[in-house]
Parts: sequence; C-alpha cells; structure tokens
Amino acid sequence: MVDPSVMTGEHFWMGNIACAEGAISAGCRFFAGYPITPATEIAEQMARRLPQIKGVYIQMEDEIASMAAVLGASWAGRKSMTATSGPGLSLMLENIGLGIMTETPCVIVNVQRGSPSTGLPTLVGQADMMQARWGAHGDYEIIAYAPSSAQECFDLTVLAFYMSEKYRVPVFILSDGFVGYMTEKVVVPPAESIPQFNRQKPNVSREKYLPHHLADNEVPPMAVFGDGYCVHATGLTHDDRGYPDTTEQAQDILIKRLIGKIRLNIDDITRYEATYLDDAAMVVVSYGITSRVCAKAVELARSQGIAVGHLRIISVWPFPDHLFRWSFPDVKHWIVPEINMGQIVREVQRAVCGQGTVTPVSHAGGDVIRAEKILSVLKELCK
Amino acid sequence: MTYNSPYTKDDFLRDDRGPHIWCPQCGIRPSIQCFAGALAQTGIDRDKIVVVSGIGCAGRIAGYMYCDSFHATHGRAIPFATGVKLANPDLTVVVFSGDGDLFAIGGNHFIHATRRNIDISVFCINNGVYGMTGGQSAPTTHMGAWTATSPYGNCEPPFNLPHLAESCGAVYVARWTPAYTDELTQSMREAIQTRGFSFVEIVTPCPTNYVRYNPTVNTGSKEHTRIDHSADVHSLQYSCEAQLVVGTFVRRQRPVFEVQQNNRTQT
Repeated sequence: MVDPSVMTGEHFWMGNIACAEGAISAGCRFFAGYPITPATEIAEQMARRLPQIKGVYIQMEDEIASMAAVLGASWAGRKSMTATSGPGLSLMLENIGLGIMTETPCVIVNVQRGSPSTGLPTLVGQADMMQARWGAHGDYEIIAYAPSSAQECFDLTVLAFYMSEKYRVPVFILSDGFVGYMTEKVVVPPAESIPQFNRQKPNVSREKYLPHHLADNEVPPMAVFGDGYCVHATGLTHDDRGYPDTTEQAQDILIKRLIGKIRLNIDDITRYEATYLDDAAMVVVSYGITSRVCAKAVELARSQGIAVGHLRIISVWPFPDHLFRWSFPDVKHWIVPEINMGQIVREVQRAVCGQGTVTPVSHAGGDVIRAEKILSVLKELCK
Repeated sequence: MTYNSPYTKDDFLRDDRGPHIWCPQCGIRPSIQCFAGALAQTGIDRDKIVVVSGIGCAGRIAGYMYCDSFHATHGRAIPFATGVKLANPDLTVVVFSGDGDLFAIGGNHFIHATRRNIDISVFCINNGVYGMTGGQSAPTTHMGAWTATSPYGNCEPPFNLPHLAESCGAVYVARWTPAYTDELTQSMREAIQTRGFSFVEIVTPCPTNYVRYNPTVNTGSKEHTRIDHSADVHSLQYSCEAQLVVGTFVRRQRPVFEVQQNNRTQT
C-alpha cells in the first residue's frame, strides 16, 4: 500500500518545506510551534499537512509551551517536532533539558539567523552551535545534524527522528536562514526505503517494568501514557523506577548513563563527508550552508594546484573528535570557516590536540563567507 | 452515594512511595485523598488517566498517584498536558499543581489553555505562598501579609482565581477547601467528567511558611467559609478578614479545541 503521507517523487522545495516533509515521512504526527522568521514555513507546512494525515498541529502561546507540548505528545506516543530560530530556542531550552532528563524522543529544528537577541531575523547565521550543545543547564550530550541543502533538510530530518527514537533524546536540526529559504530539487524516496525507528516498548509486565533500568544498549524501553504501565517521569534526579531520588548516588548513575548512551554510540550517530582527503595536508572543515561555499573554494584551490581537502561535518553533536585524531593524521592545517566568531573551530582545536594548526575564518552573520575569502586564506597558508 | 467503579481510592495512590514529603497540617495530603477518591468514583480505566504536575510542593502530587504521571518543569504542566491530550484524546488528563506554578510562571499557559478549551482538568492547591522554597510571596498572597520576600507586608493584590478562569472561558469553575472533603471530591469528579477545560481551586494556606507568620489568614475551616454556588465570580476576591466563599460557580458548555479543529480540517 502506498503511504499517502510520503510524497515520493521529485520536488522543487525550499529547505523549510523539505524539513517538514522529512518529518512527516519519518512518521511525525504532532507539531507544536510559534511563528518566527526564518522558520515559520515549517509550521505553515505542518499546519496544512498534518490534519490530512491524522496528525495534530497546534500553535502555542510561546516557544516554552511549544516545547512542553512536544514532550507531552511524545509521552502520549506520537513522534513530535517543533521548529524555531535562535530567540525561540532560547525559550525552549528549559524543556529541552526536561526532555533530556526524561529521555523523551523529539526533534527540534533551529533555522539559525544572525544574532544575538533579535539580531538579523531574515538573514543567515551559524552562531547557535554552542547554544544547541550547552544551552540547557547541566551536563548532557545531545545529537545535532546540520543540513547544507534542501535535500539534506529532508534526509537529515528523517535521520533526526530515527536517532531520537533510537536513543530517546531530543535531536536538533541546525539549519540556517539560507538553507531554509533555498529552493532546490528534493527527491523523496519510496516510503519503504525511508529509514524509520520506533522507540522500543517494554516486553515485561507492569510489576516488573523499570522505566529507567539499563538495557543492553543503555537505552531503556519506553512505555508511553495509556500503555498500562503507570509510568512516572520527572525532571528530578530519579531511580530506575522513575521515582525521585535526590542523592549523589542516583545522580551518578543517571547522568553517566544519559551521557554514556550518546558517547558510546558516537560511531552510529556520526555522519560526515570527506572530499580530496587522500593527498591533502590542508583541510577545510565545514558544516551547514558554509559547506556550499567551502566546496567551491576547495575546487578553486585545486584548480590552482593547492592540495586541499574538504571535511564536511554533518553531525556536529556529539562532535566527531575521532575523525581529527585518528582518521586523518597526516593533515597539517585545518581551516574552519563558519558564520560566527569562532565556535566549532574551538572543537576542532580541541580534537586536533596540537597535531596541526587550526585557522578560523569568521563572519559575524548576515551572509555566507565568500569562496574567494576562503581561497585567500588557503593561499596564505601555502606560503 | 454509591458508584459503579472497579476502583477504590487506594488504587490511585502509590503505596511504594511513602513517607510523603508534605508537612503536618498541610492541605495537599487530604486534597490528594479527595483526588484519588474522585478518580475512583469516575470509574475511568486507570490505564487511561494521566496526572501532570509542575514544580513546588503541589508539584510533587503527580509522583504519588498510581497511574501515568509526569512531573514537568516549573509552570509548564498545562502545555505538557495539552500535548498529551491532543496526541491521544482517549486519555483523561488532569493537571494538579500549585498557585505559583499555575498562575505566576505558568499564568500565560493557563489563560491560553482555558481560552482554547483544551479538554483537561486543572486543580490548583492555593497555599498563598511559595512553600517549598521557604515562603516567598506569590500572586495569591493576601495584601499586607508577611512573607520572606514581603517583610514590610505584601503590596500586591492577589488573583481572584475563579474569576480569572471564568473570564478566560473555563466550562467548570469551583473553589473548595480541604475541610469540605465530600464536596471537594464530588467537585473533582465533576470536573474530570466535564468535557472541556475545568478548574478547581483548593484554598489551603501553607501552615509552615504562611499561616505561622500570618495568624489571621483564613485557613478555610468550615466556620470561616460559606457555600454560595450562585456567587458572582467578581465577588470572590479574598482578603484576610473576609469569610471565604466556596462552591461551584460555573457550569457551561463550549466546543472543545479538538472539535473546533476537526470541524474545520474535515470540510
């Protein structure tokens, strides 16, 4: 049977629409949000589409409520999502923290704009990378993917749902104002070839079910409301029954497991694309919209005889340290262009750990970095 | 009155969570006894009931109820419950939390869920202060009362909660105190069984951090209260001196959110 929710075929979509359709194709049937530029098209598409496929759309009173409703819908058994931009994400963070603590699968799309504060509502930025990683208070690990095209807005949103259900964690799509508004060809595959993961259900009786007991892969099965397990979930530190246990011992067990379930599975979560790495002593590291200009800069450099490679990080969190330490040990120079004043470049510096030089190429926001500027940095490093 | 229900009150209380955290004389414990009784009386399948709380003393209520339950962030119980109810309308969803949680940090969510007529019940323990953090003034603290953060007397007027709920469109609005065990139980049952956004205020000033410093506060005993179901909600503002009016003030019908939404999307 053909799944009517999956729009199999070729489309000419903007990134934000592709994001919404990726979510629907992944099985998302609940969206709560609040209008914000440059992410509103995702909410608008969900408002049109979800009622057609037995989904629920609600526009909440603010982003705090949106994120709370997304968690509630996930606990009621639906794959759930919200979409926003930096100012909205600032408000969502308290409930994203709750989602981490209660191990609630959900997806948050942040279409980044120039910032801080109200910043540049209609123009591009990449300065929320650290906010996604550290914005909620406390220690945690998060998963985030950064699309660089409309096609990737679709594909990575599908992947984000897959990972959020698999690891019971909120997953970010760190898009940006240009990727979100960029209109390109998007190929939607047949429904049966779209990877889906549905959270594991407990296979024991109510009496024996421990909602936060360690499973083999560190991710406990999830009974949702209405399943008959009388579950209790709390943002307080809790024991394996889900009951509050505000002790140092319970904290140690819980936090180490919440972090461990991501860190131990980093190979499964990581996505990247390496181009011309075989002979490169110099590599441009990029993510999101900046990847597009970096690809051009690398081609220009190659045409001028500069042996430069391109490492495009698709999964920015957890940061793929291992790529820098082990996969590409011969690289001497890392160049990190990004539309912020230096965020991921710090991660690269940490991961490279002195085994090469790391050069940032910064832009305060409002436009992409020009390929020519990156090329001039590469040429300078060749001298 | 007898009810045709497979449950008793005790079926809704977790027996593996004692002792509870509340102080002696606190009104929360008798209130959740009434709540458990009301849930039992409805006869609703226990596996289809969800209780959501926010943060604070009353925020701990969800954790003691034997059914699906969630202890949300401060003020966010109502939007969380909204997500639960819309995602699975077969569930009966009750938010049980405190006055600071629901009406200070969560006030915006309260007025919008009420306006939308989300089919949930909201029960509010109004203890007049932030109890768990040591008795700071709240949007429900009486004028002139001493609290840890109003050492010269509270200078803000308190919310009239039934009036607020009524004006936003709640279809069922009541106020009781734990002294009215039967009435409170019945009111909670009615609220749960009412289709649409229902609200029950439970006035029970914090004995530890409020009444101790403000001995003239009306603690809601029967001699200091009076039942008046027909009272005008505008008149329900309370002060330290006045007799507290309790009762069920609003019963009306209004289409719930899902019906409004479905009517439009299915045409």
